[in-house]
Order: sequence, then structure tokens, then C-alpha cells
Amino acid sequence: MGKKPNKTEKEGAAATRAKYGIETLSIHAGARPEPVTGARNTPIYQTTSYVFEDAEHAADLFNLQTFGFIYSRLTNPTVAVLEERVAALEGGRAAVCAASGHAAQFLAFFTLLEPGDEFLSSINLYGGSITQFGISFKRLGWNCHFVDPSDPENFRRALTPKCKAIFIEVLANPGGIVLDLEAITAIAHEAGIPLIVDNTMATPYLCRPMDWGADLIVHSTTKFLSGHGTSMGGALVESGKFDWARDGKFPTMTEPDPAYHGLTFYETFGDFGFTMKARTVALRDFGPAMSPTNAFYTLTGIETLPLRMDRHVENAMKVAEFLDAHPFVSWVSYAGLKSSPYHQLARKYLPRGAGSVFTFGLEGGYDAGIKLVEGVNLFSHLANVGDTRSLILHPASTTHRQLSDEQRAAAGAGPDVIRLSIGLETADDLLHDLDQGLALAAK
Amino acid sequence: MTPLHYDDALILGILKAVRTIAMVGASPNWVRPSNFAMKYLQGKGYRIIPVNPGETGKKILGETAYARLSDIPGQIDMVDVFRSSAAAGAIADEAIEAAKEKGIKVVWMQLGVRDDAAAERLEAAGLTVVMNRCPKIEYGRLFGELGWSGVNTGIISSKRRKLRVG
Repeated sequence: MGKKPNKTEKEGAAATRAKYGIETLSIHAGARPEPVTGARNTPIYQTTSYVFEDAEHAADLFNLQTFGFIYSRLTNPTVAVLEERVAALEGGRAAVCAASGHAAQFLAFFTLLEPGDEFLSSINLYGGSITQFGISFKRLGWNCHFVDPSDPENFRRALTPKCKAIFIEVLANPGGIVLDLEAITAIAHEAGIPLIVDNTMATPYLCRPMDWGADLIVHSTTKFLSGHGTSMGGALVESGKFDWARDGKFPTMTEPDPAYHGLTFYETFGDFGFTMKARTVALRDFGPAMSPTNAFYTLTGIETLPLRMDRHVENAMKVAEFLDAHPFVSWVSYAGLKSSPYHQLARKYLPRGAGSVFTFGLEGGYDAGIKLVEGVNLFSHLANVGDTRSLILHPASTTHRQLSDEQRAAAGAGPDVIRLSIGLETADDLLHDLDQGLALAAK
Repeated sequence: MTPLHYDDALILGILKAVRTIAMVGASPNWVRPSNFAMKYLQGKGYRIIPVNPGETGKKILGETAYARLSDIPGQIDMVDVFRSSAAAGAIADEAIEAAKEKGIKVVWMQLGVRDDAAAERLEAAGLTVVMNRCPKIEYGRLFGELGWSGVNTGIISSKRRKLRVG
């Protein structure tokens, strides 16, 4: 007490602009030169733990009375740079990273729900999310009702008093579907519950759901954010604008928490209280932390996000147009095509392009699908999206295999469906590869 | 209500200039937000004097609590209002009355606390007003600690932070 302010307090915020462009944020947000050596790139802080200044500092950290590092399961300086960067790109207040997108979803729902609670989710989801929500979450007492999102009013009709959130993918996997973000946000907010958006497929470069009122965003950073197919990761972003205290629906935020000596997270941390709770309770107690090395690769990937996404959508458009005109192709579901029923929604919510993951149908059904994925030479047959490499998948025999026929059809993953994730190769080479693959599939 | 905007330069200027803060509503209960903020700010070198009629004469985090601003001996640079918006007006008026004698230059209302009419009276009396912000969070944000918790500080800089010595 009474000691002089230290030297770090001299500079603080130099002249900053109130608003930077997304290209600038992709490179700079969250990162400053490392203070000891001046290293300009963010170092990989490959450490499990951090030395306390003294016993009182340790106590303050454990009590959450001061900001700092204890153990890399909760916070790590490399991961923290990524968290701030993703929060900045999404226009959010704060973010917490996790080992994968699935882990980020778990952190979000563990922070929101009590056993017996319910939530609504669009049925147009990544197959793994349908299984996570529909089967594994049920074992924790969290009940998901799946909704056909083509009419936003379907969400209103499905609401129950126990519903605590609506979850959607704005640009939906496996492909080509765009949801009416503004209409669904309004329905969630009228019900006093947050809208959670999985923005993995669009990335904040193509769509910023919080600009349309979304309250929480989850990412699989494994995809376009990291961008090179090297690193698993997830992120949960909080807008800071949702009023958790409005009508007593969220006791996990507004009641004293026995996991922290009776601390009340919303009151104590305000507009980043949800992130603090997700980190210091869900991440602390379940442990799906992101590794600092994966955070480093993801940060490096994000630096070129705007450049890559422009090329991803340019190539995707060329491939979609090529397939649309191909005789062995029965349909193409890409919202960038004028013929898509989602084209107007894409223009509204994804003005820079409708992403690079989409589906199309083969005349020959299931067997033709298998032949195509085995017949291509440049496209890689694997279960990922958002790589520099172009990827191909037959959802019915892979990612959506665990679902019933009805669930597969509802999720847009029927037997004739092929999913593509268009990469950054020369567009003509991609067209050539698909053309020869389709010829094999048609035999 | 129109959203409040404060330039980083204004907040930084206050946090650099102020040394003694009267915290109205400081709680002796260590899990309360006021106690968190008081402890954190003490650690950053500020002297925090608790104002809490229920704790008069008792110690909170090593400092004697007073019932009213005017009871505090010596100078106060800033009043931090850790009470509800409904209580903020009366505290603001108390601060205006004591401003000259105590040297009060800033009245800061905590996160969630806002009284636009009180702010007008304070500004008319020549005081600087900040509302709906937490000095602990703003300190952490502007001096780099808040980003450690994944919070978007809004700060973009290619400058190297100066090292703490010792």
C-alpha cells in the first residue's frame, strides 16, 4: 500500500483508433511485443505453471481477486493472445479457448445449463454436434430439441419454459444453408434467452453474428481460423451485451457459486462474467485446455484469414458453377449461386461470399459417392473442412454415419450427397480433378 | 439511455493522477465485488478509504472505515461509488459538498451504476465523472492484465511494454 506506481504504468494505451479494420485486427489484436526480449511474434509459452510473487499474490490469484497466471489449464499467455484476437475479430467482449470446437460448445452449455434444462438447436449442424447435443448431453440432463430452421418461427413454436438458449450454425454444415440470423435472434431475445452461433464455416471475415445480436459464438478454430489443417482448437466468445439477471433464468451467473466460495460471477465481472465462469469453473474442472503450441499455429493462421477467405470463396464459386453445369450432378447447394434458395440470405449475412464448404448431389446415389471420393487425385478424402487443401467427403458413410436415415436426410446428408471444402489451389486444377472423378463415378 | 463513451486517454489520465480513493459501499466480505476491487487497487499502489456506515471505525483490508465522505481526515482525489444507481445521486451531492475541502476531483460510479442527473450536477461543480465502469477492470484493461483473461481490451500497439523493475 502507498507504494509508487511501477514503470509499466507509464505508457498504457498509446494513441489508438476506436475502430480498426479486420485485416489489422487479424494481425495485431491481442498481441504486443514480448516485454523481456522485444520478440515481435507471440512466443509459445510452453509451460504448465507460473511462479507466484509471494503467498498473498498466490491467494489473490486463486480467489480471482487479481489477473494473472496460475496454471495453463486455466490461462496461458500464448492462448490468451488468441482469445483476445478471436474476441476482437467477432466484435465480442471476451473469449476463452478450448482444445476443440466440441470442447468450446461444452464450456458454453455447462456455463448456461442445470440438469433438466433444455435448449433448441437448428437441425442443420455438423453431424458431431447433433450427436453431442442429442445423445451425450442428454446423459448430463441437458435436453436438446432440434428444429428445422428454414422457417425461423419454428424456433418460437418449439420454445418451452425450460429452454435456456437457441443454437445455430449461421452458415450450416454440411453445406449451402444460410439461416435468418436477425429473425432467430429476435425470437431468442423475446424469450429472454441467448442466441449461440457456431460461426466456424463463415469465420468473422465473412459474417459477424454479434453485429446482428448474437450473444455467444463458438468456433472450431481447427478450420478456417487456423486454416492449414495443423491444429485442433475451439473458442467461445461472449458479446457482453446479454443481461443474465433479467428474469432469474440463469442462476449459474447470478447466484453465489459454491465452486468459488460464493462468488457471484455476473455481479463481479459484469460483461465478461460468462467467459470468466466458463474458464474458471468449466475449463478448470473439466480440463479441455488448448495447448500453447496449437494457439501459436492458430494465431499465425489468423494473420492471413482475410486473404485466404477471399480466395476460398472465389475458388468455391468457380467449382460450384462448374458442378452446377455438369451432367452427372443432380443438384448443387451453394448459397453463392443465384439459383440457391438461400442466395438472398447469403447476400445479407455473408456479403463477401458464402464460404467454401458446400454439398452437391450425384446422379448415382450412395455407390457413385463412394466412387467419386476414391476417384479424385487432388481433393483429399478426409473428415475436416477449412484447410488450404481441397477436401472431399461422403457424409452418409462418414461424419453422419451414426445418424438414422431420417436424421441424415434432415441434416442434408442423404446417400447421394458429397461435401466439398474448397481450398486455395489453382481453380482449374480443382475443376479438372472433379471432372475426371465424376467420369469414374458415372461408370 | 444513450451508451456512455469515455476515451482511453481520459480514463488513463484519471488512473495516473489519482492516488487516494474513497470507496463508498466498500464491503468487509471478501467475496463481494467491492472488496475485490479494493484489494486489487491497493496492490496497484492506491490508498483506498472505505466509506460504509455499518462498518464505522472498523478496519476493511487494513483501512479504517468512515460513515460519510466528510468524516474522512485528509485529502481524497476520487470517490468510487459502489452502491446502486438509486443511491448514487445522494453520494454525488455529498461529494460536491465536500469537494473543495477534501480536494475531490473525480466521482467514479461502478459498473452498472449510472445517474445522468447526478453526473450533470457533478460536472457543473467542476468534477470529472465516469459512470458504469469499474476502475479495477479499466486499470487491468489499459495496463495489459485484462487480456490475460481473454478480454478484448481494444488496444492495438506495436510498442514494447516497459518492464517492471525488481
